[in-house]
Amino acid sequence: MTAIRKKNSGTSRSDLVYRVVAVGAAALVLILMAGLMLELIVNSGPSILKFGVGFLGSTSWNPVTEEFGALSSIFGTLVSTVIAMIIAVPLSLLIALFLVELAPPAISRPVGYAIELLAAVPSIIFGMWGLFVFAPFMADHVQPALKNTLGFLPLFDGPPMGIGMLTSGIILALMVLPFITAVMRDVFRMVPPVVKEASYGMGSTTWEVTRKVTVKYGFSGLLGAVFLGLGRAVGETMAVTFVIGNNHNVSSSLFAAGNSIASTLANEFTEASEPMYLSSLVELGLVLFVMTLLIQIAAQLWIRRVAKKAGGGL
Amino acid sequence: MNPIKISTRGLTFFYGEQQVLFGNDLDIAQGKVTAIIGPSGCGKSTHIRVYNRIYELYRDQKAGGQVLIDGVNILADGEDLIELRRRVGMIFQKPTPFPMTVYDNVAYGLKMHYKLSRSEMRDRVEEALKQAALWDEVKDELSRPGMALSGGQQQRLCIARAIAVEPEVLLMDEPTSAIDPVATARIEELIESFKGRYTVAIVTHNMQQAARISDYTAFFFEGKIVEFSSTEKIFTNPNEKKTEDYITGRFG
Repeated sequence: MTAIRKKNSGTSRSDLVYRVVAVGAAALVLILMAGLMLELIVNSGPSILKFGVGFLGSTSWNPVTEEFGALSSIFGTLVSTVIAMIIAVPLSLLIALFLVELAPPAISRPVGYAIELLAAVPSIIFGMWGLFVFAPFMADHVQPALKNTLGFLPLFDGPPMGIGMLTSGIILALMVLPFITAVMRDVFRMVPPVVKEASYGMGSTTWEVTRKVTVKYGFSGLLGAVFLGLGRAVGETMAVTFVIGNNHNVSSSLFAAGNSIASTLANEFTEASEPMYLSSLVELGLVLFVMTLLIQIAAQLWIRRVAKKAGGGL
Repeated sequence: MNPIKISTRGLTFFYGEQQVLFGNDLDIAQGKVTAIIGPSGCGKSTHIRVYNRIYELYRDQKAGGQVLIDGVNILADGEDLIELRRRVGMIFQKPTPFPMTVYDNVAYGLKMHYKLSRSEMRDRVEEALKQAALWDEVKDELSRPGMALSGGQQQRLCIARAIAVEPEVLLMDEPTSAIDPVATARIEELIESFKGRYTVAIVTHNMQQAARISDYTAFFFEGKIVEFSSTEKIFTNPNEKKTEDYITGRFG
Protein backbone atom coordinates (compact mmCIF):
# COMPACT_ATOMS: atom_id res chain seq x y z
CA MET A 1 0.00 0.00 0.00
CA THR A 2 2.61 2.50 1.01
CA ALA A 3 4.63 1.67 -2.03
CA ILE A 4 1.68 2.40 -4.28
CA ARG A 5 0.84 5.65 -2.56
CA LYS A 6 4.44 6.77 -2.83
CA LYS A 7 4.46 6.01 -6.49
CA ASN A 8 1.21 7.92 -7.02
CA SER A 9 2.36 11.01 -5.20
CA GLY A 10 5.64 10.86 -7.11
CA THR A 11 3.69 10.80 -10.36
CA SER A 12 1.57 13.78 -9.44
CA ARG A 13 4.64 15.79 -8.45
CA SER A 14 6.34 15.05 -11.75
CA ASP A 15 3.04 15.87 -13.46
CA LEU A 16 3.07 19.26 -11.79
CA VAL A 17 6.64 19.97 -12.84
CA TYR A 18 5.85 18.86 -16.37
CA ARG A 19 2.82 21.12 -16.48
CA VAL A 20 4.62 24.18 -15.15
CA VAL A 21 7.52 23.72 -17.56
CA ALA A 22 5.23 23.21 -20.56
CA VAL A 23 3.03 26.19 -19.72
CA GLY A 24 6.15 28.28 -19.11
CA ALA A 25 7.62 27.33 -22.47
CA ALA A 26 4.38 28.22 -24.24
CA ALA A 27 4.06 31.48 -22.32
CA LEU A 28 7.59 32.39 -23.34
CA VAL A 29 6.41 32.76 -26.93
CA LEU A 30 3.75 35.27 -25.96
CA ILE A 31 6.05 37.14 -23.61
CA LEU A 32 8.71 37.35 -26.30
CA MET A 33 6.22 38.64 -28.82
CA ALA A 34 4.77 41.26 -26.47
CA GLY A 35 8.26 42.27 -25.30
CA LEU A 36 9.48 42.77 -28.84
CA MET A 37 6.48 44.87 -29.73
CA LEU A 38 6.79 46.94 -26.56
CA GLU A 39 10.50 47.53 -27.04
CA LEU A 40 9.99 48.62 -30.63
CA ILE A 41 7.25 51.05 -29.64
CA VAL A 42 9.17 52.54 -26.71
CA ASN A 43 12.35 53.02 -28.70
CA SER A 44 10.60 54.55 -31.65
CA GLY A 45 8.84 56.97 -29.26
CA PRO A 46 10.83 60.11 -30.16
CA SER A 47 10.29 59.49 -33.86
CA ILE A 48 6.58 58.75 -33.42
CA LEU A 49 6.14 61.92 -31.38
CA LYS A 50 8.01 64.08 -33.85
CA PHE A 51 6.65 62.80 -37.17
CA GLY A 52 3.30 61.25 -36.19
CA VAL A 53 1.36 59.47 -38.90
CA GLY A 54 3.21 61.57 -41.47
CA PHE A 55 6.16 59.20 -41.01
CA LEU A 56 4.35 56.62 -43.10
CA GLY A 57 3.60 59.04 -45.95
CA SER A 58 6.85 60.94 -46.24
CA THR A 59 9.64 60.11 -48.65
CA SER A 60 12.24 62.36 -47.07
CA TRP A 61 15.17 60.60 -45.42
CA ASN A 62 17.72 63.16 -44.38
CA PRO A 63 20.04 62.40 -41.46
CA VAL A 64 21.53 65.91 -41.61
CA THR A 65 18.27 67.79 -41.13
CA GLU A 66 16.83 64.85 -39.19
CA GLU A 67 13.75 64.59 -41.40
CA PHE A 68 12.68 60.96 -41.73
CA GLY A 69 9.82 59.17 -43.52
CA ALA A 70 9.15 55.52 -44.24
CA LEU A 71 7.37 55.74 -47.60
CA SER A 72 10.32 54.95 -49.87
CA SER A 73 11.25 51.95 -47.71
CA ILE A 74 7.68 50.64 -47.56
CA PHE A 75 7.37 51.17 -51.31
CA GLY A 76 10.62 49.33 -51.99
CA THR A 77 9.67 46.47 -49.71
CA LEU A 78 6.30 46.04 -51.39
CA VAL A 79 7.54 46.41 -54.96
CA SER A 80 10.46 44.01 -54.59
CA THR A 81 8.16 41.52 -52.85
CA VAL A 82 5.48 41.78 -55.52
CA ILE A 83 8.05 41.24 -58.29
CA ALA A 84 9.39 38.25 -56.39
CA MET A 85 5.95 36.70 -55.96
CA ILE A 86 4.92 37.31 -59.57
CA ILE A 87 7.96 35.33 -60.67
CA ALA A 88 8.21 32.74 -57.90
CA VAL A 89 4.59 31.60 -57.48
CA PRO A 90 3.85 30.39 -61.02
CA LEU A 91 7.33 28.88 -61.33
CA SER A 92 7.00 27.04 -58.02
CA LEU A 93 3.57 25.78 -59.00
CA LEU A 94 4.91 24.38 -62.26
CA ILE A 95 7.97 22.81 -60.64
CA ALA A 96 5.88 21.21 -57.88
CA LEU A 97 3.35 19.86 -60.37
CA PHE A 98 6.12 18.52 -62.56
CA LEU A 99 7.78 16.78 -59.62
CA VAL A 100 4.59 15.15 -58.37
CA GLU A 101 2.49 14.56 -61.48
CA LEU A 102 4.84 14.17 -64.41
CA ALA A 103 8.41 13.34 -63.50
CA PRO A 104 9.51 9.73 -63.05
CA PRO A 105 11.13 9.05 -59.65
CA ALA A 106 14.58 9.00 -61.28
CA ILE A 107 14.15 12.70 -62.02
CA SER A 108 11.85 13.94 -59.27
CA ARG A 109 14.09 12.65 -56.47
CA PRO A 110 17.32 14.42 -57.41
CA VAL A 111 15.47 17.59 -58.39
CA GLY A 112 13.62 17.46 -55.06
CA TYR A 113 16.91 17.22 -53.16
CA ALA A 114 18.36 20.07 -55.20
CA ILE A 115 15.42 22.26 -54.25
CA GLU A 116 15.88 21.47 -50.58
CA LEU A 117 19.58 22.28 -50.90
CA LEU A 118 18.76 25.55 -52.61
CA ALA A 119 16.59 26.47 -49.65
CA ALA A 120 19.60 25.99 -47.40
CA VAL A 121 21.90 28.40 -49.29
CA PRO A 122 22.64 31.36 -46.97
CA SER A 123 21.12 34.60 -48.21
CA ILE A 124 24.49 36.37 -48.21
CA ILE A 125 25.55 34.01 -51.00
CA PHE A 126 22.55 35.06 -53.06
CA GLY A 127 23.47 38.68 -52.35
CA MET A 128 27.06 38.30 -53.48
CA TRP A 129 26.09 36.34 -56.54
CA GLY A 130 23.43 38.95 -57.26
CA LEU A 131 25.87 41.84 -57.03
CA PHE A 132 28.87 40.35 -58.81
CA VAL A 133 27.29 38.07 -61.39
CA PHE A 134 23.60 38.72 -61.83
CA ALA A 135 23.54 42.54 -61.69
CA PRO A 136 26.13 42.94 -64.48
CA PHE A 137 24.20 40.39 -66.53
CA MET A 138 21.00 42.41 -65.97
CA ALA A 139 22.77 45.62 -66.97
CA ASP A 140 24.34 44.18 -70.10
CA HIS A 141 21.55 41.99 -71.43
CA VAL A 142 18.19 41.90 -69.67
CA GLN A 143 17.58 45.56 -68.95
CA PRO A 144 18.61 46.83 -72.43
CA ALA A 145 16.37 44.19 -74.00
CA LEU A 146 13.42 45.17 -71.79
CA LYS A 147 14.06 48.82 -72.52
CA ASN A 148 14.12 48.24 -76.27
CA THR A 149 10.90 46.24 -76.31
CA LEU A 150 8.82 47.62 -73.42
CA GLY A 151 10.63 50.93 -72.89
CA PHE A 152 7.45 52.90 -73.66
CA LEU A 153 6.19 51.81 -70.23
CA PRO A 154 7.54 53.93 -67.38
CA LEU A 155 8.25 50.66 -65.58
CA PHE A 156 11.08 49.83 -67.95
CA ASP A 157 12.46 53.31 -68.49
CA GLY A 158 15.72 54.68 -67.16
CA PRO A 159 19.40 53.79 -67.22
CA PRO A 160 20.20 50.04 -67.03
CA MET A 161 22.41 50.02 -63.96
CA GLY A 162 22.05 46.39 -63.09
CA ILE A 163 21.20 46.89 -59.44
CA GLY A 164 17.75 48.18 -58.45
CA MET A 165 14.18 47.09 -57.81
CA LEU A 166 13.87 44.58 -60.64
CA THR A 167 17.15 42.85 -59.84
CA SER A 168 16.35 42.55 -56.15
CA GLY A 169 12.86 41.28 -57.00
CA ILE A 170 14.35 38.55 -59.17
CA ILE A 171 16.95 37.60 -56.55
CA LEU A 172 14.19 37.46 -53.95
CA ALA A 173 12.17 35.25 -56.28
CA LEU A 174 15.07 32.81 -56.53
CA MET A 175 15.39 32.79 -52.77
CA VAL A 176 11.75 32.09 -51.94
CA LEU A 177 11.23 29.71 -54.85
CA PRO A 178 12.62 26.62 -53.08
CA PHE A 179 10.45 27.22 -50.01
CA ILE A 180 7.25 27.69 -51.97
CA THR A 181 8.07 24.75 -54.24
CA ALA A 182 8.83 22.40 -51.36
CA VAL A 183 5.56 23.17 -49.58
CA MET A 184 3.52 23.00 -52.78
CA ARG A 185 5.09 19.66 -53.64
CA ASP A 186 4.07 18.30 -50.23
CA VAL A 187 0.55 19.62 -50.75
CA PHE A 188 0.24 17.88 -54.12
CA ARG A 189 1.60 14.67 -52.64
CA MET A 190 -1.17 14.71 -50.06
CA VAL A 191 -3.97 14.77 -52.63
CA PRO A 192 -5.39 11.23 -52.35
CA PRO A 193 -4.58 9.10 -55.41
CA VAL A 194 -8.18 7.86 -55.53
CA VAL A 195 -9.46 11.40 -56.14
CA LYS A 196 -7.11 11.74 -59.09
CA GLU A 197 -8.15 8.28 -60.28
CA ALA A 198 -11.77 9.36 -60.12
CA SER A 199 -10.95 12.35 -62.27
CA TYR A 200 -8.99 10.30 -64.80
CA GLY A 201 -11.82 7.79 -64.65
CA MET A 202 -14.20 10.48 -65.92
CA GLY A 203 -12.05 10.79 -69.04
CA SER A 204 -9.92 13.76 -67.98
CA THR A 205 -6.51 14.44 -69.44
CA THR A 206 -3.57 14.98 -67.08
CA TRP A 207 -3.90 18.72 -67.58
CA GLU A 208 -7.60 18.64 -66.69
CA VAL A 209 -7.00 16.52 -63.61
CA THR A 210 -4.32 18.93 -62.46
CA ARG A 211 -6.18 22.12 -63.18
CA LYS A 212 -9.68 21.13 -62.09
CA VAL A 213 -9.03 18.70 -59.27
CA THR A 214 -5.49 18.53 -57.88
CA VAL A 215 -4.94 22.29 -57.63
CA LYS A 216 -8.42 22.90 -56.24
CA TYR A 217 -8.07 20.08 -53.75
CA GLY A 218 -4.89 21.55 -52.34
CA PHE A 219 -5.83 25.19 -52.79
CA SER A 220 -5.69 26.27 -49.16
CA GLY A 221 -2.37 24.47 -48.76
CA LEU A 222 -1.06 26.23 -51.85
CA LEU A 223 -2.14 29.57 -50.43
CA GLY A 224 -0.27 28.72 -47.26
CA ALA A 225 2.85 28.05 -49.34
CA VAL A 226 2.48 31.40 -51.09
CA PHE A 227 2.17 33.28 -47.82
CA LEU A 228 5.15 31.45 -46.38
CA GLY A 229 7.17 32.73 -49.32
CA LEU A 230 5.66 36.18 -48.99
CA GLY A 231 6.59 36.38 -45.33
CA ARG A 232 10.18 35.51 -46.16
CA ALA A 233 10.38 37.92 -49.07
CA VAL A 234 9.09 40.87 -47.05
CA GLY A 235 11.73 40.52 -44.36
CA GLU A 236 14.67 39.27 -46.44
CA THR A 237 17.64 41.47 -45.67
CA MET A 238 21.11 40.53 -46.82
CA ALA A 239 20.54 39.66 -50.47
CA VAL A 240 18.33 42.67 -51.01
CA THR A 241 20.79 45.03 -49.35
CA PHE A 242 23.43 43.93 -51.85
CA VAL A 243 21.44 44.57 -55.00
CA ILE A 244 18.67 47.09 -54.34
CA GLY A 245 20.89 50.18 -54.58
CA ASN A 246 20.05 51.76 -51.22
CA ASN A 247 18.53 54.96 -52.40
CA HIS A 248 15.62 56.70 -50.62
CA ASN A 249 13.63 57.42 -53.74
CA VAL A 250 10.25 56.41 -55.03
CA SER A 251 10.53 55.86 -58.74
CA SER A 252 8.14 54.50 -61.30
CA SER A 253 11.01 52.69 -62.99
CA LEU A 254 11.89 49.17 -61.92
CA PHE A 255 15.47 49.84 -63.03
CA ALA A 256 15.89 52.57 -60.42
CA ALA A 257 17.75 51.99 -57.20
CA GLY A 258 15.58 51.92 -54.10
CA ASN A 259 15.58 50.54 -50.59
CA SER A 260 13.54 48.16 -48.51
CA ILE A 261 12.88 48.43 -44.80
CA ALA A 262 15.18 45.54 -44.03
CA SER A 263 17.99 46.79 -46.28
CA THR A 264 17.84 50.26 -44.75
CA LEU A 265 18.03 48.85 -41.24
CA ALA A 266 21.00 46.69 -42.15
CA ASN A 267 22.80 49.52 -43.89
CA GLU A 268 22.22 52.43 -41.58
CA PHE A 269 22.14 51.16 -38.03
CA THR A 270 25.90 51.49 -37.65
CA GLU A 271 25.83 55.08 -38.92
CA ALA A 272 22.92 56.22 -36.78
CA SER A 273 24.64 58.27 -34.09
CA GLU A 274 21.86 60.79 -33.46
CA PRO A 275 18.98 59.65 -31.20
CA MET A 276 16.33 60.80 -33.69
CA TYR A 277 18.01 58.89 -36.54
CA LEU A 278 18.15 55.75 -34.40
CA SER A 279 14.57 56.16 -33.25
CA SER A 280 13.38 56.51 -36.83
CA LEU A 281 15.16 53.32 -37.79
CA VAL A 282 13.49 51.52 -34.89
CA GLU A 283 10.13 52.84 -36.04
CA LEU A 284 10.93 51.50 -39.49
CA GLY A 285 11.47 48.13 -37.84
CA LEU A 286 8.11 48.51 -36.09
CA VAL A 287 6.47 49.16 -39.46
CA LEU A 288 8.01 45.96 -40.86
CA PHE A 289 6.88 44.01 -37.81
CA VAL A 290 3.29 45.25 -38.19
CA MET A 291 3.33 44.61 -41.95
CA THR A 292 4.42 41.02 -41.43
CA LEU A 293 1.78 40.57 -38.75
CA LEU A 294 -0.96 41.93 -41.02
CA ILE A 295 0.12 39.64 -43.85
CA GLN A 296 -0.03 36.63 -41.54
CA ILE A 297 -3.48 37.57 -40.26
CA ALA A 298 -4.80 38.15 -43.79
CA ALA A 299 -3.32 34.82 -44.84
CA GLN A 300 -5.00 32.95 -42.00
CA LEU A 301 -8.38 34.54 -42.69
CA TRP A 302 -8.18 33.86 -46.41
CA ILE A 303 -7.04 30.27 -45.99
CA ARG A 304 -9.83 29.61 -43.51
CA ARG A 305 -12.43 31.05 -45.88
CA VAL A 306 -11.15 28.99 -48.80
CA ALA A 307 -11.12 25.81 -46.74
CA LYS A 308 -14.68 26.45 -45.62
CA LYS A 309 -15.85 27.10 -49.17
CA ALA A 310 -14.33 23.85 -50.42
CA GLY A 311 -15.93 21.97 -47.53
CA GLY A 312 -12.87 19.77 -47.22
CA GLY A 313 -9.58 19.10 -48.94
CA LEU A 314 -6.20 20.05 -47.58
CA MET B 1 -27.80 -15.45 -71.24
CA ASN B 2 -28.12 -11.86 -72.42
CA PRO B 3 -25.86 -10.45 -75.14
CA ILE B 4 -22.30 -10.02 -73.91
CA LYS B 5 -21.04 -6.52 -73.31
CA ILE B 6 -17.54 -7.20 -72.00
CA SER B 7 -15.64 -10.30 -72.88
CA THR B 8 -12.32 -10.93 -71.18
CA ARG B 9 -9.95 -13.48 -72.66
CA GLY B 10 -6.73 -14.67 -71.05
CA LEU B 11 -6.35 -11.55 -68.91
CA THR B 12 -3.10 -11.42 -66.96
CA PHE B 13 -1.88 -8.67 -64.68
CA PHE B 14 1.42 -7.74 -63.13
CA TYR B 15 2.44 -5.36 -60.35
CA GLY B 16 6.08 -5.03 -61.34
CA GLU B 17 7.38 -8.61 -61.35
CA GLN B 18 4.52 -10.01 -59.31
CA GLN B 19 1.72 -11.64 -61.27
CA VAL B 20 -1.73 -11.23 -59.70
CA LEU B 21 -4.15 -12.31 -62.46
CA PHE B 22 -3.73 -15.58 -64.28
CA GLY B 23 -5.59 -15.94 -67.56
CA ASN B 24 -9.04 -14.68 -66.57
CA ASP B 25 -11.88 -15.46 -68.98
CA LEU B 26 -15.12 -13.70 -68.09
CA ASP B 27 -18.25 -12.60 -69.96
CA ILE B 28 -20.24 -9.67 -68.57
CA ALA B 29 -23.81 -9.57 -69.80
CA GLN B 30 -25.30 -6.41 -71.21
CA GLY B 31 -27.72 -4.58 -68.93
CA LYS B 32 -27.16 -6.99 -66.06
CA VAL B 33 -25.38 -6.74 -62.72
CA THR B 34 -22.37 -9.00 -62.41
CA ALA B 35 -20.84 -9.36 -58.96
CA ILE B 36 -17.22 -10.26 -58.40
CA ILE B 37 -16.55 -11.86 -55.05
CA GLY B 38 -13.57 -13.47 -53.37
CA PRO B 39 -11.22 -13.07 -50.43
CA SER B 40 -8.99 -10.00 -49.99
CA GLY B 41 -6.09 -9.91 -52.41
CA CYS B 42 -7.67 -12.32 -54.90
CA GLY B 43 -7.41 -9.77 -57.70
CA LYS B 44 -11.08 -8.83 -58.06
CA SER B 45 -10.49 -5.05 -57.92
CA THR B 46 -7.46 -5.40 -60.14
CA HIS B 47 -9.62 -7.23 -62.67
CA ILE B 48 -12.19 -4.48 -63.11
CA ARG B 49 -9.53 -1.77 -63.06
CA VAL B 50 -8.45 -3.14 -66.43
CA TYR B 51 -11.85 -2.40 -68.02
CA ASN B 52 -11.26 1.36 -68.08
CA ARG B 53 -7.46 1.07 -68.15
CA ILE B 54 -7.19 3.18 -65.00
CA TYR B 55 -4.29 0.99 -63.84
CA GLU B 56 -2.14 2.66 -66.49
CA LEU B 57 -1.70 5.68 -64.22
CA TYR B 58 0.89 3.58 -62.42
CA ARG B 59 4.07 2.86 -64.26
CA ASP B 60 4.76 -0.59 -62.87
CA GLN B 61 1.33 -2.08 -63.61
CA LYS B 62 0.88 -4.12 -66.79
CA ALA B 63 -2.04 -6.07 -68.23
CA GLY B 64 -1.94 -8.77 -70.89
CA GLY B 65 -4.58 -10.69 -72.83
CA GLN B 66 -7.73 -9.18 -74.26
CA VAL B 67 -10.72 -7.22 -72.99
CA LEU B 68 -13.36 -6.93 -75.70
CA ILE B 69 -16.06 -4.32 -75.21
CA ASP B 70 -18.68 -4.68 -77.94
CA GLY B 71 -16.17 -6.92 -79.68
CA VAL B 72 -13.33 -4.38 -79.74
CA ASN B 73 -10.16 -5.04 -77.75
CA ILE B 74 -9.76 -2.00 -75.53
CA LEU B 75 -6.26 -3.05 -74.50
CA ALA B 76 -5.04 -2.50 -78.05
CA ASP B 77 -2.77 0.45 -78.83
CA GLY B 78 -4.60 3.44 -80.20
CA GLU B 79 -7.67 2.99 -78.01
CA ASP B 80 -9.08 6.44 -77.18
CA LEU B 81 -8.83 6.43 -73.37
CA ILE B 82 -10.92 9.54 -72.92
CA GLU B 83 -13.84 8.07 -74.86
CA LEU B 84 -13.31 4.67 -73.20
CA ARG B 85 -13.61 6.25 -69.77
CA ARG B 86 -16.74 8.11 -70.78
CA ARG B 87 -18.28 4.80 -71.86
CA VAL B 88 -16.99 2.92 -68.81
CA GLY B 89 -17.60 4.85 -65.60
CA MET B 90 -16.07 3.97 -62.25
CA ILE B 91 -17.22 4.26 -58.64
CA PHE B 92 -14.65 3.79 -55.89
CA GLN B 93 -14.63 2.36 -52.40
CA LYS B 94 -14.39 5.77 -50.78
CA PRO B 95 -16.63 8.51 -52.15
CA THR B 96 -14.53 10.84 -54.28
CA PRO B 97 -16.38 14.13 -54.64
CA PHE B 98 -14.22 16.79 -56.26
CA PRO B 99 -13.52 20.03 -54.36
CA MET B 100 -16.31 21.96 -56.03
CA THR B 101 -20.05 22.47 -55.71
CA VAL B 102 -22.61 19.68 -56.01
CA TYR B 103 -23.67 21.09 -59.37
CA ASP B 104 -20.11 21.35 -60.70
CA ASN B 105 -19.36 17.81 -59.58
CA VAL B 106 -22.15 16.46 -61.77
CA ALA B 107 -21.36 18.86 -64.60
CA TYR B 108 -17.68 17.90 -64.46
CA GLY B 109 -17.78 15.19 -67.11
CA LEU B 110 -20.52 16.86 -69.14
CA LYS B 111 -18.31 19.91 -69.64
CA MET B 112 -15.47 17.74 -70.87
CA HIS B 113 -17.36 15.47 -73.22
CA TYR B 114 -20.22 17.56 -74.59
CA LYS B 115 -20.86 21.05 -75.85
CA LEU B 116 -24.04 22.03 -74.07
CA SER B 117 -25.93 25.26 -73.60
CA ARG B 118 -26.49 26.44 -70.06
CA SER B 119 -30.08 25.19 -69.92
CA GLU B 120 -29.23 21.84 -71.50
CA MET B 121 -26.47 21.48 -68.91
CA ARG B 122 -28.92 22.22 -66.10
CA ASP B 123 -31.34 19.64 -67.43
CA ARG B 124 -28.66 16.98 -67.75
CA VAL B 125 -27.38 17.65 -64.22
CA GLU B 126 -30.91 17.42 -62.84
CA GLU B 127 -31.59 14.23 -64.79
CA ALA B 128 -28.39 12.59 -63.52
CA LEU B 129 -29.13 13.57 -59.91
CA LYS B 130 -32.65 12.18 -60.27
CA GLN B 131 -31.33 8.90 -61.68
CA ALA B 132 -28.95 8.71 -58.73
CA ALA B 133 -31.88 9.31 -56.34
CA LEU B 134 -30.18 12.37 -54.92
CA TRP B 135 -32.13 15.20 -56.54
CA ASP B 136 -34.75 15.62 -53.81
CA GLU B 137 -32.07 15.90 -51.14
CA VAL B 138 -29.81 18.40 -52.88
CA LYS B 139 -32.02 20.37 -55.26
CA ASP B 140 -31.96 23.40 -52.96
CA GLU B 141 -28.25 23.22 -52.24
CA LEU B 142 -26.64 22.69 -55.60
CA SER B 143 -24.09 25.37 -54.82
CA ARG B 144 -22.92 23.73 -51.62
CA PRO B 145 -19.53 22.03 -51.69
CA GLY B 146 -19.84 18.36 -52.69
CA MET B 147 -17.57 17.42 -49.82
CA ALA B 148 -20.06 18.82 -47.31
CA LEU B 149 -22.61 16.09 -48.08
CA SER B 150 -22.90 12.96 -45.94
CA GLY B 151 -20.91 9.88 -46.92
CA GLY B 152 -23.84 8.11 -48.55
CA GLN B 153 -24.88 11.27 -50.39
CA GLN B 154 -21.31 11.76 -51.57
CA GLN B 155 -21.31 8.26 -53.04
CA ARG B 156 -24.60 8.90 -54.85
CA LEU B 157 -23.13 12.20 -56.06
CA CYS B 158 -20.24 10.23 -57.57
CA ILE B 159 -22.74 7.89 -59.20
CA ALA B 160 -24.63 10.88 -60.61
CA ARG B 161 -21.36 12.29 -61.90
CA ALA B 162 -20.55 9.01 -63.60
CA ILE B 163 -23.96 8.47 -65.22
CA ALA B 164 -24.27 12.11 -66.35
CA VAL B 165 -22.00 11.37 -69.31
CA GLU B 166 -24.23 8.48 -70.40
CA PRO B 167 -21.83 5.59 -69.91
CA GLU B 168 -22.61 2.07 -71.10
CA VAL B 169 -20.79 0.30 -68.29
CA LEU B 170 -20.46 1.14 -64.59
CA LEU B 171 -17.58 -0.38 -62.63
CA MET B 172 -18.11 -0.36 -58.89
CA ASP B 173 -15.22 -1.20 -56.62
CA GLU B 174 -16.76 -2.03 -53.23
CA PRO B 175 -19.00 1.04 -53.45
CA THR B 176 -20.68 0.55 -50.08
CA SER B 177 -17.83 -0.62 -47.87
CA ALA B 178 -17.19 2.87 -46.48
CA ILE B 179 -20.79 3.90 -45.77
CA ASP B 180 -23.47 3.02 -43.24
CA PRO B 181 -26.16 0.30 -43.68
CA VAL B 182 -29.04 2.67 -44.48
CA ALA B 183 -27.02 4.45 -47.15
CA THR B 184 -25.89 1.07 -48.41
CA ALA B 185 -29.49 -0.03 -48.88
CA ARG B 186 -30.22 3.09 -50.93
CA ILE B 187 -27.26 2.43 -53.20
CA GLU B 188 -28.31 -1.18 -53.64
CA GLU B 189 -31.78 0.01 -54.71
CA LEU B 190 -30.08 2.35 -57.11
CA ILE B 191 -28.05 -0.46 -58.64
CA GLU B 192 -31.24 -2.51 -59.04
CA SER B 193 -32.79 0.40 -60.90
CA PHE B 194 -29.84 0.46 -63.31
CA LYS B 195 -30.65 -3.01 -64.65
CA GLY B 196 -31.45 -2.94 -68.34
CA ARG B 197 -29.96 0.49 -68.69
CA TYR B 198 -26.34 0.08 -67.71
CA THR B 199 -24.05 -2.90 -67.60
CA VAL B 200 -22.79 -3.08 -64.02
CA ALA B 201 -19.72 -4.92 -62.74
CA ILE B 202 -19.51 -4.69 -58.96
CA VAL B 203 -16.72 -5.90 -56.72
CA THR B 204 -17.97 -6.65 -53.26
CA HIS B 205 -16.78 -8.11 -49.99
CA ASN B 206 -20.31 -8.54 -48.87
CA MET B 207 -21.77 -11.85 -50.07
CA GLN B 208 -25.32 -10.94 -49.05
CA GLN B 209 -24.99 -7.87 -51.22
CA ALA B 210 -23.86 -9.96 -54.19
CA ALA B 211 -26.75 -12.37 -53.60
CA ARG B 212 -29.29 -9.53 -53.29
CA ILE B 213 -28.45 -7.39 -56.29
CA SER B 214 -26.53 -9.36 -58.90
CA ASP B 215 -27.68 -11.53 -61.79
CA TYR B 216 -24.34 -13.25 -62.28
CA THR B 217 -21.50 -13.88 -59.89
CA ALA B 218 -17.84 -14.64 -60.47
CA PHE B 219 -15.82 -16.13 -57.66
CA PHE B 220 -12.15 -15.18 -57.72
CA PHE B 221 -9.41 -16.95 -55.83
CA GLU B 222 -5.70 -16.21 -56.02
CA GLY B 223 -5.99 -14.39 -59.31
CA LYS B 224 -8.03 -17.05 -61.06
CA ILE B 225 -11.75 -17.30 -61.73
CA VAL B 226 -12.82 -20.42 -59.86
CA GLU B 227 -16.45 -20.30 -60.86
CA PHE B 228 -18.74 -18.07 -62.85
CA SER B 229 -22.46 -18.62 -63.13
CA SER B 230 -25.85 -17.16 -62.37
CA THR B 231 -25.96 -15.72 -58.87
CA GLU B 232 -28.68 -18.15 -57.92
CA LYS B 233 -26.57 -21.14 -58.87
CA ILE B 234 -23.43 -19.84 -57.18
CA PHE B 235 -25.22 -19.27 -53.89
CA THR B 236 -27.42 -22.36 -53.85
CA ASN B 237 -25.65 -25.07 -55.76
CA PRO B 238 -22.08 -24.21 -56.74
CA ASN B 239 -20.08 -26.67 -58.81
CA GLU B 240 -16.79 -26.10 -57.07
CA LYS B 241 -15.95 -27.12 -53.52
CA LYS B 242 -13.88 -23.95 -53.13
CA THR B 243 -16.86 -21.72 -54.00
CA GLU B 244 -19.04 -23.50 -51.50
CA ASP B 245 -16.40 -23.16 -48.78
CA TYR B 246 -16.13 -19.44 -49.44
CA ILE B 247 -19.84 -18.62 -49.54
CA THR B 248 -20.50 -20.66 -46.43
CA GLY B 249 -17.81 -18.71 -44.64
CA ARG B 250 -15.31 -21.52 -44.19
CA PHE B 251 -12.46 -19.25 -45.28
CA GLY B 252 -11.78 -15.74 -46.61
